[in-house]
Amino acid sequence: MIEVLVSVLLLAGASFMVLASVGVLRLPDLPTRMHATTKAGALGAMLTMAGVAFYFSDSTVVARAVAIVIFIFLTAPIAAHVIGRAGYFTGVELWEGTVKDELRERYDSESHKLSSGLDDKEKPAPSGKKEDGPN
Amino acid sequence: MLAVSINIVYFLLSLAMLFAFIRLTRGPSLPDRVVALELITSIVVGYVGVHAIETGVASLLDVAIVIALTAFLAAIGFARFVERGGVKDD
Repeated sequence: MIEVLVSVLLLAGASFMVLASVGVLRLPDLPTRMHATTKAGALGAMLTMAGVAFYFSDSTVVARAVAIVIFIFLTAPIAAHVIGRAGYFTGVELWEGTVKDELRERYDSESHKLSSGLDDKEKPAPSGKKEDGPN
Repeated sequence: MLAVSINIVYFLLSLAMLFAFIRLTRGPSLPDRVVALELITSIVVGYVGVHAIETGVASLLDVAIVIALTAFLAAIGFARFVERGGVKDD
């Protein structure tokens, strides 16, 4: 009975990892690729670790598996945030089908000021192509 | 039952690692490669978990913890490197 549960959890985790890698291979630009890997990859690791915890059914193993899951769920959004930020500021081009990029017209890449949109007077000059990243 | 599904899981994880590796080699910019590397380390954590089940050695989970920690530090370091003016376009 526990074998069936462990098998289902492992297969589901591996399927989500395959889904994440298909997404990172097929999607067109950096934010969409991160959208695939961050969520599906973390869920795949979580399901695999749940399978490990159910298989061993030992308190120390369960504690370690829960620690891995908590660590992945804490660090995956932070890593995706800093990578996406670095990629955006160094001018990684977006997909040509991108509908809206709200940050580009609000954010001044030289002074690092973000206009709220409520101050309707002088808007920072829309710098079309960012040529260098923040200091 | 479990042995068969472990083999299937090994195959699926290898397939996932192949796809991520293709993106790692092809990726047009450095952040794309970093994202692929992060996915690869996540897949390796899955490998280690499945291998712990297959061999029955629960101590292998420590390896998974260390790999996850190293992957996070590597991602942060790469992001600092890119943002502080490393290579823009590989």
